[in-house]
Amino acid sequence: MFDDFFIRALFVGIGMALVTGPLGCFVVWRRLSFFGDTLAHSALLGITIAYTMEINIALSVFIISSLVALMLLKLEKTTNLPTDALLGLLAHSSLAVGLVVIGLIATIRFDLMGLLFGDILAVNVNDIIIVWFGGALILLVLKLIYKPLFASTVNYELAEAEGMKPEKVKAIFTLLLAAIIAISIKMVGLLLITGMLILPAAIARNISSNPKGMVIYSVIAGLMSVLIGLFSSLQINTPSGPSIITAGLILFILSLIKIKRSSQLKS
Amino acid sequence: MEKAGVFINNKWLVKDVSLEIEKGKIITLIGPNGSGKTTTAKMALGLYKNISGKVEKFTKKIAYVPQKISIDWTLPIRVFDFMNLTSDLQEQEINEALEITGAKHLLNNDLKSLSGGEFQRVLMARAVAKKPDLLVLDEPVQGVDFTGEIELYELIKKISETLKCGILLISHNLHVVMSKTDHVVCLNGHVCCSGTPISVANNKKYQELFGEDVSKILSIYEHKHDHKHGVDGSVEEN
Repeated sequence: MFDDFFIRALFVGIGMALVTGPLGCFVVWRRLSFFGDTLAHSALLGITIAYTMEINIALSVFIISSLVALMLLKLEKTTNLPTDALLGLLAHSSLAVGLVVIGLIATIRFDLMGLLFGDILAVNVNDIIIVWFGGALILLVLKLIYKPLFASTVNYELAEAEGMKPEKVKAIFTLLLAAIIAISIKMVGLLLITGMLILPAAIARNISSNPKGMVIYSVIAGLMSVLIGLFSSLQINTPSGPSIITAGLILFILSLIKIKRSSQLKS
Repeated sequence: MEKAGVFINNKWLVKDVSLEIEKGKIITLIGPNGSGKTTTAKMALGLYKNISGKVEKFTKKIAYVPQKISIDWTLPIRVFDFMNLTSDLQEQEINEALEITGAKHLLNNDLKSLSGGEFQRVLMARAVAKKPDLLVLDEPVQGVDFTGEIELYELIKKISETLKCGILLISHNLHVVMSKTDHVVCLNGHVCCSGTPISVANNKKYQELFGEDVSKILSIYEHKHDHKHGVDGSVEEN
């Protein structure tokens, strides 16, 4: 069954959508969109290190992304710079360092376009296993920290006062983001990961009235983006990663109709 | 008996505050703006990392009604979801709690659509529903209409009696609070004076801080209401 490249792509895409849906909701709620971007940029450095030291790409990306995330948490505490400035600093400098390292090791030829946009049609059975196994692990941890994470998203002090340990769950959540980027980098590429995190959640926000509903709609929107994107890329011969995101964008535009309707209802 | 004892000693915002909150007692913090009331409450809750002195908590069942709460409206959240924020409550418990703070009709409303006073009632209901051992209320009635205010203070008294929990109450609304409280701590960057409501009201330092006229009103306030008002203003028979 996994012989067909298209079936493999479908499995990886569906596995990813199942994970990015719920994670993306928290990214949107916590205003971390740019943070996901920063982690994705730092992934390039992780990939080059993986090539030079000949270690697993996912592992290397996870380590580097986690380090960048921890560095951010540290810098937030020690400097007076606003978080968005620090994020920009880390995003661009880690991307730059990654490109410099690529330049230094001239022996390795990189397909930079492949890294930036990924190639979901080139995944192998191993990738499917990584996405589904890693994804299941991420979802399990997210389920375990859901309550305190949600509480501290709503109000940090309230959560802390009532014993929800917001700092700890924030760190764990950051690691989960690093993990999803690590396992999906090869498939959708670093420029499109944040799209997969934010678009489904944004679509879901438009059509849901409560947090659990938003998580469910977000998963559905992610799955629809993957299916529509992949099938249409096959039909009209377009690059599959960007097709998935474009499908998501179209769904987002459709979801705006619902907002317009309900606001008309109110007035 | 579980005691929530607090001994705090902070140099910057508020200094050398020692107090102990016992089960079933209401401690009220009063003082002018910037006197460290909220800071003291937050220290008691363990929200400050670096404090001098010591804070000891004897319970983990804590509920907090903060003075200001800002919620990011990227979150779709109903009153129902908010009630369950830090605990897993039965639907019935949620309904009961909302009922006694007069916010039952709001159950399925979007949190965003509530007015200031309604939101305050929901905040109170959430804290009550948790059935805490220690309840920290930072100006819990702000934005609530006047009769609602008195009802809520009656409710606070009732909570401390039925739940046998310790309550740390912050209020600028001195005259209503005084008759309901066991112990008053008057703050002004440090403990200005403390004791029973009457002893504080008669205290020289206290009178200097608030002016004699104000302090005279405080201890005499007693309110007898022979009927209750529904949230919409309708009269309910007792």
